[in-house]
Order: sequence, then C-alpha cells, then structure tokens
Amino acid sequence: MSWVSKTLNSTLGRKLMMALTGLFLIIFLLGHVSGNTLLFKNDGGEAFNIYAKFMTTNPAVKILSYLTYISVIAHVVYSIILTKYNKSARPVAYANSKASTNSSWNSRNMGILGTIILIFLAVHLQGFWYKMHWGDMPVVSYGGEQYKDLYTIVNFAFQSELLVALYVVAMGFLGLHLSHGFQSAFQTLGLNHVKYSPAIQKLGLAFSIIVPALFASMPIYIYFINMN
Amino acid sequence: MNLTLNIWRQKNNVDKGGFREYKVSDISKDMSFLEMLDVLNEQLAEKGEDPVHFDHDCREGICGMCSLYINGKPHGPLQTTTCQLHMRSFKDGETITIEPWRAKAFPVMKDLVVDRSAFDRIIQAGGYVSVNTGGVPDANEIPIPKRIADEAFDAATCIGCGACVAACKNASAMLFTSAKVSQLAMLPQGQVERKERAEKMIAQMDAEGFGACTNTGACEAECPKGISITNIARMNREYFSAVVSSENV
Repeated sequence: MSWVSKTLNSTLGRKLMMALTGLFLIIFLLGHVSGNTLLFKNDGGEAFNIYAKFMTTNPAVKILSYLTYISVIAHVVYSIILTKYNKSARPVAYANSKASTNSSWNSRNMGILGTIILIFLAVHLQGFWYKMHWGDMPVVSYGGEQYKDLYTIVNFAFQSELLVALYVVAMGFLGLHLSHGFQSAFQTLGLNHVKYSPAIQKLGLAFSIIVPALFASMPIYIYFINMN
Repeated sequence: MNLTLNIWRQKNNVDKGGFREYKVSDISKDMSFLEMLDVLNEQLAEKGEDPVHFDHDCREGICGMCSLYINGKPHGPLQTTTCQLHMRSFKDGETITIEPWRAKAFPVMKDLVVDRSAFDRIIQAGGYVSVNTGGVPDANEIPIPKRIADEAFDAATCIGCGACVAACKNASAMLFTSAKVSQLAMLPQGQVERKERAEKMIAQMDAEGFGACTNTGACEAECPKGISITNIARMNREYFSAVVSSENV
C-alpha cells in the first residue's frame, strides 16, 4: 500500500475524509440556501427561474455541483465504513450504559441522523433536481429567452401538507446533524485552539439553527401564499 | 448499607459469561468501592466459592490499574478512579451493575479483569524519547516555557486506565493515544522521534482494533484525570503533518 492509501485507510484518514467532505457540504448548504431565498421574491418566480438556469448551465457551477455529488457519495461511503468498523470495536455491548450523562444524543447518533437526511435527499432530488435536469418541464420566457419553470414545480409541490411537513421535519434532523458535525469537523482537522474554538462552536450552533430554519421556512411560505 | 450487586462473571476469555446477583449487607458508607468488593469476596471465599476477580493495585488513584463499568459509567458515578469511589455515592438498598470494560482490544480474561496490554503496545510503538548515554544532564538545562511544561504535564497525568475506551461508543483509544503523543510532542526532548511517533502509535492503535473518534466528548467527561480532547486535535495535527512530510513512504 502506498502512504496515501495507507493514510486514507487509517482511522484518522477516514475521519479526515468525513470532515473535509462534511465541510464542503456545509459550504454547499450556504450557497443553496442563499440562492433559494429568491423564492421569497414576489415576482412570480422570475428571479428564481433565471437563477435555476444559471445553476444548471454555468460551467463553473457544474464543476462545483460534481464536487458536491462526489462529497455526498464519499461522506456516505466513509460513514458506512467507519460505522461498521466502530461497531466491530465493541463486539459485546454494555448491559447498563448511561451514555447520556457524558455526551449529547446527536453526537452519538450521527449515523441515524445522516441516514434520515439521505432518505430526505432522495425524495428532494427526485422532486426537483431530477425534474429540472431530465424531466418534462413547463417553460416560461422572460425578455425573449426561454427558461424552465422550476418555480411552478416548487409552487405546486408545496401545496401538499404532507410534503411541507416532511421538509420541515427533515430540516430539524439536518440541524441536529450540523450542530455536532460543524464543530466536530474542525476538531478532526486538528483545529482546536483557545482563541478560535469558542467562536467555531458558536458559529456552528448558529449555522445549524439558521440554515435549516431558512430552508424550512420556504415550503411553509409557499404553502401559505397559495392558501390565500 | 445493604446492596444488591449484579456482577459479570466469566470463567476465562473463551467462556460466554453472564451476570450473577449477590447480596452484601452492613456495608459502611465510608468504604471504598473496592473494599466493598473485598467484603463480598471474603463472603464467597468462606462459602468456598470462586471470588470475583477484578484489577487493582495502588488504591490511591495513581496507578491506573482499577477499572469496572459501574451502573453504566466507567469508574462509576464520579469522575474518579474506582478505588477512589466511596459507597456514600450509592443509596442503601440500591442495585449496582458491575461490568468489565467492553472493547475488542480489551479482551475479558476473567470476570471483571480485562487485558489492557494493547495500551502497552501503543506505547512501545513510539511513546519514548531518545536519551544520550554518558553523564547525568543538569536539571533544567533545556529551557522549557512554564506554560508548555504544564500542558505537557497535564497530558502526562494520563494513567492509562482505559476509561476513555470504556466510555467511548466506538471503543476508541484516541484520548489515551493523543495524551501520550502530546506529552512528548510538546517538549524539546520529544522532537527526535516526533513524526515517526505519531505515525507508529496511530498505526498500532488501529492494529489493536480500537474504534475511530466521533468527537462525542464522552472520554473527556469520564476521564479520572481530566485529560482534554484538545489532545486529540493535537494528535490529528501531528499525524496529518507527519504523513505528508515524513520520509516513510
């Protein structure tokens, strides 16, 4: 084995991959949530549709989106490898364990939280991303140029209470996952410092509340504007 | 105090083992937890039964030999070693569950005794420094800032009891290994083997079958010596910088 594969197969190397892909996905979430706030613009979806076209056709964005796909896959694959490895490290479980007295629930159940987020992701991608790329889409034209009307698809989808509820609940789980994952990634990278760690922890907590809350507010907003 | 003890009994390292219930009565609340077990063992010896085997040595909280997973926590309800835990931490009539450390790398030898030689092999892999032969060097000959000396000493207070492994949901030995990497990486004497040490000790830790770290912080919360997980971050830095810069291809 070369030193690279040896490192990536060590416990620390695998954790490094989890941290790097996790941090990249955190940056992705920031971009995703910022762009999607265009849904709140009261223009019949024009700005959102123009943005959606840019996001699916711009070459630089395409490179970033491939990096995002790779990060999601690597994050999932490494988490499966690590979870199996970690489970094998304790073949006989404790009969009586009070883990809740020494660690937070979400830090101990990142795998379960991640699995729920992955299931949500499949539903989410099927509903919008797949349709935008390969599905039958309505078309609108702004200033003579044709755009796929993703806004109408989104607008229609979030008239279902069930889907809105699914999105809101899923964002709750995302928040729990992020509230541990954000600061944990820095710890894994070795970035623990008296000056910066308190700020990283506060930033992580803020990120894990604000970003999922913003995401969750979108289906709720669309649901209510369609009710009137 | 009258207590019901639910103790893990296992004949040897191939036996499946299981819990057995024992009653002890007239236990003083000022007894240490190990003295309470001594009382039980005297009762068992009088009856001609095999006493409960458990590890202990100094009974002063400094050797790291005692273990025991008591009522769902390593070393019991307080952040101390089992030998420094007293019966006043328990209630009269309480049922106390006592289990051995559970980790693939710490096989149970008998009852509550586990083999922790995996820790010794991690130390052997790189937890040492080169020392010149010849005359005894003068004390304080090498200048070390007080802050660094204190931090290295804090890491060095790890007694290697294995509570971190026992507390971790992944049975990870990162807190132990990071304390041992840190105490030497911070000091001038530890620079000679610095890169080699990080690589070799972590390779040995993995080879022993300890899990990876999920940064839950359970180890730090349960460590009787209060070793901080900032050591784990330091070990990660040591390891990543060692693998990219060492000549170990």
